[in-house]
Amino acid sequence: MNLAAQDIRHNLPRFGLTACGIGLLLMIVLGMGGIYRGLVYEATLLVDRVNADLWVVQHNTRGPFAEVSSVPANVESRVLAVPGVAAARRFVYWTIQRETSGRPLRLAIQGLVWPDDNGAWLPLAAGGPLHQAHYQMIADRTLGLQLGERIKLGKDFYTVVGLTKGMTSASGDGMAFFSLPDAQAIQFDEPGEAIRLQRNTRFRQMQRLDLGQQQPALLPRVSGQTADLPAILPPTVSAVLVKLAPGADAQKIIATINGWPDLTVYTQAQENDLLVHGLVDRSRRQIGLFRAILVIVSTIIMTLILYTLTLDKTHDIAMLKLMGARNRVVIGLILQQALLLGVIGYALAALLGQGLFPLFPRLVVITPQDFWLLAVAVLGISVLASLLGIWKAMRISPNTVLA
Amino acid sequence: MNGDRTFSSDAPAVAATGLTKIYGSGNTEVVAMRDVSLRIERGEVVALLGPSGAGKSTLLTAVGLINPPTVGHITIGGVPVMDGAQPLTDLAAFRRQHLGFVFQKANLIPFLNAAQNVQVALEINDTPPRAARRRALELLAYLGVADRAGNLPAALSGGQQQRVAVARALANEPNLILADEPTAALDSHRGRQVMELFRQVAHERGAGVLVVTHDHRALDVFDRTIQMEDGRLESERSEKI
Repeated sequence: MNLAAQDIRHNLPRFGLTACGIGLLLMIVLGMGGIYRGLVYEATLLVDRVNADLWVVQHNTRGPFAEVSSVPANVESRVLAVPGVAAARRFVYWTIQRETSGRPLRLAIQGLVWPDDNGAWLPLAAGGPLHQAHYQMIADRTLGLQLGERIKLGKDFYTVVGLTKGMTSASGDGMAFFSLPDAQAIQFDEPGEAIRLQRNTRFRQMQRLDLGQQQPALLPRVSGQTADLPAILPPTVSAVLVKLAPGADAQKIIATINGWPDLTVYTQAQENDLLVHGLVDRSRRQIGLFRAILVIVSTIIMTLILYTLTLDKTHDIAMLKLMGARNRVVIGLILQQALLLGVIGYALAALLGQGLFPLFPRLVVITPQDFWLLAVAVLGISVLASLLGIWKAMRISPNTVLA
Repeated sequence: MNGDRTFSSDAPAVAATGLTKIYGSGNTEVVAMRDVSLRIERGEVVALLGPSGAGKSTLLTAVGLINPPTVGHITIGGVPVMDGAQPLTDLAAFRRQHLGFVFQKANLIPFLNAAQNVQVALEINDTPPRAARRRALELLAYLGVADRAGNLPAALSGGQQQRVAVARALANEPNLILADEPTAALDSHRGRQVMELFRQVAHERGAGVLVVTHDHRALDVFDRTIQMEDGRLESERSEKI
């Protein structure tokens, strides 16, 4: 006869509620690990998907994700001239927040170098890649946009032609892909009044300059579009992505580009490292600490529950001792209940977690290793938590029956 | 130390000599039992009478090996078990093999049904579960509560609970049964039934029975009565029924 099982059967609702509580607590422990993995996965997702061999960014920056990077668009041509470089393309990336249908919409925007890159490499869940140079976008499902939906960004409307799945930025915002000119138009969009003031300022500055006084024919040009002015640089890009030719000496190419004083180059692994140990490092450590505290809290709660369950059985344990029960009978009663609480709690945590985590706003990645680790932790917690109850039970005297 | 020591068949169920129990020390010293000697033969049913605070329960728990005396010797079934406060054997093992207890409250384990409450005493003493179950049902039938075997203690009346407690005390065929006010919670009819049950068990199974009681209405059931007062045995009277 198993005394632990009989006791549980007798107090099933109470035991069930306790197991549920422990299960929810363990689910949070499991979820914390999943959130951490999700952070790392999301942080490195784009770098992995883009799959560039080298990332060329602004000198001495950790761009384009960990901090802002701005390089002239013509770096693409400079890099292409380096022997061993098979392909290079401009990369534009930043995050904006707009309002649609009365709710905030955060978009992590990436520019695609149309027509070489139309987004066909993206994990499309619906629709297709871009099929024209302007006014189309591919959006991630997490943004809540529908195929064919039109949203206004800057001065233009963009139609959703494709939907991706699982494409989020390091901060968890859904990604949106545009042709590079459209992405830049959204990035550098300025109100008409700001443009007018800018042109007016340029015109007045030109009037005061010697050149403007000697060449008055230039003055109307100064009032024109910024892009038409040869003296003003075209919009910059966040980075230039490089694909190496097969068999090319990567170290030599890196040394060449790093030798240019305005640029810094990272490999794909280094770029990932910048993200994991830079951008999400604090979140990672915070979650790790929080998880450790949760494990301690779970142990304390289980200890108190088992201690209370033991106190409730003081008289019964005293009776068992009076009848001459060996210590192992009493220890078995408490330890088996602790292990059963742990096992049921673990099973609930695993089941509930698998059902609930996909509904979380940010990605939660649970690996088989997480399940194994939690199982071992639960085993340890259960044994540790039962020690106080066992200690109490060992101190119960058979005389207590007479009290 | 081993509780599984061989009993002598012609030895008394219990023989205690010079038992003294002192609680506290110095100014707080209380002598609960003073130089008490007691002998109960096999098959003998003895009543221990006396006012509250006379030391009856102290004597019972000392002989029951759950509250050792300060001074004195206890021999059960010919096996020396206590020399003062010093155990001469594994007391827990000795209790489970040779002693049975019944109290004023039945003290049944609330999460076990009637049969399981008897069965647990047998399994603690290493009886295989199936045999323990069979023996538990036999004992319940012997005590007239077989029909309540599957009921939890909360569903049993006081008398039924006490019968189950007696069945549990008998489970391992003890040489000595110790009962502390076993009928206090029962009406006179039920109380007498329980007392007669002890007598029947003692006579049929050859166990010695020591019953602490205030109930003078059923004294004719006992072979002998002992009076205790101020921690001493005052008088002894034999009754042959």
